[in-house]
Parts: sequence; C-alpha cells; structure tokens
Amino acid sequence: MHRQTLAALSRGLAERRHSSVELTRHFLDRIAAHDPGLNSFITVTTESALTSAAEADKRRSAGEAGPLLGLPLAHKDIFCTTGVRTSCGSRMLDNFVSPYESAVTARLAAAGMVMLGKTNMDEFAMGSSNETSFYGPVKNPWDTTRVPGGSSGGSAAAVAARLAPAATGTDTGGSIRQPAALCNLTGIKPTYGRVSRWGMIAYASSLDQGGPMAQTAEDCALLLSAMSGHDPRDSTSLAEPVPDYTATLGDGLQGLRIGLPKQFFGAGLDAGTERCVREAIAVLEKLGARVIDVDLPNLDLSVPAYYVIAPAEASSNLSRYDGVRFGHRCANPQDLTDLYERSRSEGFGAEVKRRILVGTYALSAGYYDAYYLKAQQVRRLIRDDFVRAFRDVDVIAGPVSPTTAFRLGEKTSDPLAMYLADIYTLAVNLAGVPGMSVPCGFDGGLPVGLQLIGNYFSEGKLLNVAHRYQQETGWHTRIPEAYA
Amino acid sequence: MSWASDWDVVIGLEVHVQLATQSKIFSGSPTAFGAEPNTQASLVDLGMPGVLPVLNAEAVKMAVRFGLGIDAEIGRKSVFARKNYFYPDLPKGYQISQYELPIVGKGHVDITLDDGTVKRIGVTRAHLEEDAGKSLHEDFQGMSGIDLNRAGTPLLEIVSEPDMRNAKEAVAYARAIHALIRYLGISDGNMNEGSMRCDCNVSIRPKGTEAFGTRREIKNVNSFRFIEKAINAEVEWQVEQLESGRKIQQATVLYDPATNTTRAMRTKEEANDYRYFPDPDLLPVVVSEAFIEEVLRALPELPEAKRARFISEFGLGDYDAARLVGDKDLAQFFETAVQAAGSANAKLVANWTISELLGRLNADEKEITDSPVAAGQIGGLVARIADGTLSSKLAKTVFDALWNGEGPTADAIIEARGLKQVSDSGAIEAIVDKVLAASAAQVEDYRASDESKRKKKLGFFVGQIMKESQGKANPQQVNEILLRKLGG
Repeated sequence: MHRQTLAALSRGLAERRHSSVELTRHFLDRIAAHDPGLNSFITVTTESALTSAAEADKRRSAGEAGPLLGLPLAHKDIFCTTGVRTSCGSRMLDNFVSPYESAVTARLAAAGMVMLGKTNMDEFAMGSSNETSFYGPVKNPWDTTRVPGGSSGGSAAAVAARLAPAATGTDTGGSIRQPAALCNLTGIKPTYGRVSRWGMIAYASSLDQGGPMAQTAEDCALLLSAMSGHDPRDSTSLAEPVPDYTATLGDGLQGLRIGLPKQFFGAGLDAGTERCVREAIAVLEKLGARVIDVDLPNLDLSVPAYYVIAPAEASSNLSRYDGVRFGHRCANPQDLTDLYERSRSEGFGAEVKRRILVGTYALSAGYYDAYYLKAQQVRRLIRDDFVRAFRDVDVIAGPVSPTTAFRLGEKTSDPLAMYLADIYTLAVNLAGVPGMSVPCGFDGGLPVGLQLIGNYFSEGKLLNVAHRYQQETGWHTRIPEAYA
Repeated sequence: MSWASDWDVVIGLEVHVQLATQSKIFSGSPTAFGAEPNTQASLVDLGMPGVLPVLNAEAVKMAVRFGLGIDAEIGRKSVFARKNYFYPDLPKGYQISQYELPIVGKGHVDITLDDGTVKRIGVTRAHLEEDAGKSLHEDFQGMSGIDLNRAGTPLLEIVSEPDMRNAKEAVAYARAIHALIRYLGISDGNMNEGSMRCDCNVSIRPKGTEAFGTRREIKNVNSFRFIEKAINAEVEWQVEQLESGRKIQQATVLYDPATNTTRAMRTKEEANDYRYFPDPDLLPVVVSEAFIEEVLRALPELPEAKRARFISEFGLGDYDAARLVGDKDLAQFFETAVQAAGSANAKLVANWTISELLGRLNADEKEITDSPVAAGQIGGLVARIADGTLSSKLAKTVFDALWNGEGPTADAIIEARGLKQVSDSGAIEAIVDKVLAASAAQVEDYRASDESKRKKKLGFFVGQIMKESQGKANPQQVNEILLRKLGG
C-alpha cells in the first residue's frame, strides 16, 4: 500500500479495496519499523490516528465520498494541533501542548484526513538541513549519512521513505522545495496569502507559507485544493477564489513559455544538478513548451535581503517565548531578568539565537535604515524582476538547490555556506510568488529537483506543468531501496 | 511662585484614551472593566504560538471620529508597527502600535483660559495601539500575578504640541480632550478605571529664550487635579535644579501624591530601543474619502461649537458657557432645563445649574448624571422664579424640596405648601400696616433719623414683614409700600 500515491490510495478507499483503519495501521507500522533510523517524527499520534481513521470509515459508510476522506498524512510540527505537543523542533516548546488547532490541519481534518503524527524540523523552521532540531537531525532515506534538507526535513524524509503518503510543510525561504528536491518529492509553496497562517507558528511572518509535500503533482493538487482559501483570522490571507487544482492537471503544454534566468545557471551550480535540470526542460520542450531567456538581475541580492528580513521578523516573533505563560521556564529564577535570560538561553538552540541576534541588530536604532529598510527596498526590486519576467513567460524554471543532499555535519560550522545553499529558493518567498519542486533525475544516486516558479495565483499552472512532466518521466516514482 | 519672572514653562501632553469598542483591537475578547483576572483573554491576547491579530474596524472608525473632531488630517494610509520590549504583562514581547504613519495627523484643540480667552493647542498626531496587561504585585507570596484582561484593549494615544505654558493650561487641555472624547462617544473617559491617562512632558527655559530645555516625562497621571499638582511639583524641582547650577537629565518620572514630588524611574541612557518595524501580520489601513465623509456626517455638535452657540443663542457669559459645555452630560442637562424654562430664561437656568445644583452635587461628590434634581425640574423651578411666583429665597426652599424628592415638580411643591409669593398689594399693605402698628417706637425712631441712617433701619421692618408673610411677600412690593407709609 505504501508504494501508492495519495490519489491511488484514495481510489482504493472509494473502491473499498482497503479501509482507512487498514491504511493508517500500515503506515503506523512502517513508522514504528523504520523511523528509529530516520528520526523523521517528533510525535507519533497512534491512538488518535486510529480513532480518526475509524471515524473516516464510518463517514464513508454513511455515504460521504470526499477525495481525501480517510487518507493518512503527517504534519510538520509547526502546525498547532489541539491536545498534541507542538514543539516547532525546539526545547522551548517541548512541553507545549497546543490548546487550539491550526487552519491547515483543521481544513485537512475536516476533509477527513488522518494525522499520523508530527514531523521533525529545523528549530522554528530556521535551517536548511534539519540539523538545528532539538530532537536531533533527520537522516535522508536516500543516504542516511546525508541531510534531508530543511526546514521541513522530517516531512520530506517521512514521505520519501513512505512512512506517510504525504505531509504538510512550510516554506519561508525554500523549506518545502529544498527538502522535497533532496528527497525526491513533489512540493509546492503557494502564493503568499493562499494558505492561512492561523496556528502555523511564525518564523518570518511576511514570508511564511504552508503547502503540501507529496509523491506527485496530482497529490499536491488534491491537498492544496483542501488547504487553500480565505481565513478571516489571518489578515494576510487572500480572498481570491480557490480553483480545483486537479481539474487543470491534464491541460496541454503547447505554446507554454518557459523562462530560463541566466542567474539560475551560473557559478556554484553543480554540473550533475545542472544536467538533470536541463534534461527536464528538454522534456517540457518536447511537450510543446518554448524556452525564453529571462533576466532576474537582483537574484544575487536575495540571500542578504532574506537574511536581514527573516531574522528581523523572527527576533520579534520569538519574543513571546519568555518563560512566563507557556514553554520552557528555567528552574528557580532569581528575578525577572534571570527568568528571561536563562529560559531563553536554555530554550533556544544556536541557530535560533544567531538569527534573533542578527534580527535584533538589524532593527536597532541607527541600523534600521541601513539594514531592514534597505533589505525591504531590495525585496521590492526582486519582486519587480519577477513581475517583469512574467510579462514574457508563463513559468520560470531552474534548479531548487545548487547541489544534491550534503553530508550531515558538513555545513554546520559554516552558516554562510548553509545560507548560500538557499540562493535559488529565497527570491520566490521575497516576491511572494508560488514555487514548486519536481523530481527530475539523480546525480550520484541522489535526487535532483527541478524548480518551477509561477506568477501570483498560478499554482494551477505549475501543478499542470509538473503533472504533464511526471506523465513523461518516472523519477518521482523512485523509492529508496531500503524503504521499498 | 518666586521663579515665575525668570522661567518659561513648556508642557506637552500625551493622552491615552481607551476606546469604547465592544471587543479588543486585535481579538474578539470583550473589553468590559472589572472582570475576574484572565477571564477576558483569548488565545490572541495570550500571545499563543501561531495566533494572528485582526484589526477591529470600530476602533479605526473611532480614531477617525476623533481626528475629524480636532480638524486633523486623516492618514489615508496608516501602518501598524511593532514596539518591541520584554515585560511579563506584554504577552507577545511587543506592543502593536503605530509609528511612522499614524491614523490621525496634525490637528488642534481650543481651550478656554480662566480669563475667558481662547487658546489653540496643537495636536501633533493620534495613533491606535493595544494596551498591555496588568502586573499585580500583592498577594502572591513574593511572586507577581499577571492579569491579561486589559491586554489588547484599544487605545488612542493623542500627542500634543509643546504649546502649554503652565499647569492650568495643561489641565484645561486635558479637560477639553476629555469633553471631546465623551461628546464623540468614543470613550467613557473614566479616569478612575484608567480609560484616560496622561503623560506630561515638562521642561523650563529662561524667560524670553526660544530653545527648549531638557524635558522630563511624568508618566501615567490619572486625574485632572494630579496633572496640575504633578506639573507644578516638577517645575519647582526643575527650577531648583537649574538655579542651583545643576543640569537636568532627560528622564521618565512618576508623581507621588503622598509627598507631592516627582521621582525618576529611568534616564534616557536606560531607555529601551523599541526596534519599531511594520507589523507583517497586518495590512496597511486605507481610509477612503467616502468613509471619512460618512464619519463626518455622523459627528455630533462638539464642545467648541456648542460653547459658541450657548453664547450667541442664550446670551451666556464666556465662563458659564465654557463650564456647561465642558461635560457632555452637563450640557445636555442644561439644554433640557432650558427647554422647560423657556429660552428667554437660559441665563437664569445657567446660574441655577452652575451655582446651586453643581455646588450641591460637588459637596455630595455626585455626577450630573446622578443628580437627584432632574433637568426638567430645574427648568420648571426657574420658570416660576422668572414669572415672579417665587422669590429667590422661596426658590431655594423649593429646590431643597426637589433635591430631597419631596415632590415631582416645582409647581406641585408650591401648591402643596402654599409657597406662592404674595404679590397682591392689598394683602401686603395689610401686613405692613399690622407690623407698623406693632412697632410704634421703631417707626418714631426711623422718622427722627436722617436719610443716611434710615436705609439701615428699614431692614428691621422688612424682616418683620417677611416673617409675618412667611417669606411669601414680594420683596419689591414690600419695599415700595413700606417706604410710602413711612415716608409719609
């Protein structure tokens, strides 16, 4: 059962080939058997999963027939889930049992999906390798000496090893797309405002966006249709109507204009990765697409702009973790300052502290104009680059990550090298446009991801392009041997 | 004040007004005062992980109402910013406020000084923000309690220009703001419950110079009386510092009513760097022309306009008019009373309302809204004074009866007690004759006295006559008849 896509499992449920309880039990068993070697879950919710599965089966017997009814999935531990620990990968929230439910998990639960558990992640989503988690690093199922990417590394590893048929992730600077690429998954970061952020623990509010990570574009379309939509509790959520993303998956690609920015194929890009990406583009051309050169002149500024804006917002977003109302509190505080200092120094890990300090500095009196304001101006330039490019093309294509999965520990001592690995993903968040990662080959036995970027609200088009590509290729169907 | 000839005082006020919305500014929790601790705090107010603020449209409308009430520029696009600092009663570690682009820009408020002249005080800006919770330092065995009921309550912070030159002007300004917010219905202005609080920025400079001195800010003053006392205490302190050759450091201070002194909390060096930046969870607030028009159309008559009207329509003096419009309920009371008394009697209504009724209310520490004598009752009383039915002495008797609830109207009390003034000259003449007949010796003495002493001696007869008539004889007629009879 675990070799099937979400869509196939959905058909199986509809045709009564398996029940939700059977499916759920199967994946729970796989988690028990395989996760000790991967560390992709922080919390496995065995009991409540079986209860929800039984509930879903009952709903189906009563005549309900939604496409997601009874399908299991895993949630990144950044989404608040009622009565379940929601740690955000941090010691700070190790004891935090959420009293409420996030919009994303609530929508999927309402559609009848069954939560298997909460997946590991970089602490507060700050990282590109899943090595900053308080719960230890996640291993890449394709090579357990390597990172799965981050920050949604647990979700990526869990789906890659088929411990869950699909998972949710969040993407602030590539945190869905990069782990999807490194683990051979299909993942999409929607337009900013497409998916409600209510109950999604904030890292950098103006960049954070939730989205699905799955085996195929079709599975992503199913999930995204259910996750999206206006939410009055999130002022940045958009009132734009949500199309059925599965309806346009099969559209032809004749005349599709694909933009190739030269900035995506410059120095720093691994030859093997470049080869896979160019081959994928050739496949799309064969399907009728036309390739056009585009220019994103400010792309190289996305790393410095992101690493000012995201930490600045984070420094403020993480102020609420003060040991007063919830979360970690140090033992026997002497006074208020001691309570703050020790609770926060014990509760946060090194990377989180680094970004809080960077962000605090960037917002300080006397530096605000030079850093935060300047970064916002750069952000506007980057956005304008995309707006200009999308006058001439329908999608932009390129790599997700400059390399395949790197070794655990390889970049932990060099944050700058780690930050530079995000060069192709950050601009998409800064501009707020949708972007996705699609498996497009292997280099040295490790998966490579093709990035597709679209104009605002063009998720349907991206999923359509990815789906047509996946009908021509088999990369996305590959499963690491040990987990087949 | 001995220093008054040497120093100029410069005062600017920051007034925090709690807006009377049903729910909080960024959450749906109720804002009612006095609930059990932490029973009016939602997930958002608690700053739970993952929660988001949603702006209360009513708070924006109230801020725009205020802006239009002070003839200010309305920020067509205003932006909420985060003011970052750590405090246990600040759940998110930042306060959502407005910084660079406030909802209300430059405007002004006119105040009436003691001598009746009107002074215009500039308002720099007014912005929306959320209140913090409350730290409770008693009753927790060495620990502090946090009550987040108040966290997220909408506030309008109104920042004045440094246009005030003494404590009395500052109080007049604060009173004008108080009157305005109550007229506009955007706040109950209840200072005891913290619905209006003042920060007073005070500096002094040598008389006749232009440059501002170093200012100190007196935080959280919560009554008009304390505004005056705190500023005067602070000015005394600053004068003493400078005159003894010391310097003043920029600082935040607290006023202690017990010692009537101000005491520094923190100096500029210890001040927080709030690291303001636009709140990414909230969109800019865009106010349309049509919305402003709609709010403008719904504005009530405001204190300044009402004051001018009371003067032109009713012929009131500057002081009376200013006094009456200073409180929305008082002005309303006055107008209702005038309706009952007739507008020709408005001045008399003003006199009775201000000197008699307010005097009694103040003595009993009552508000006009708690007055035992209703506006219609005062109006009815004044009408009977004006038409000669009651002498002022009898009127006081009737007023007392109304105050004590001894009758529904002045007329009913007059009727029941037979308090009608006697203006029948035959009846008065009879009483005069009776008194004169019984006081032959005094009459003789009077007639023997020269003109200069007679006036004083006349009082004896008047007193006797009034006593005989039980105070009901028309005093003017008594005088006339008496003089005629005595003069012979």
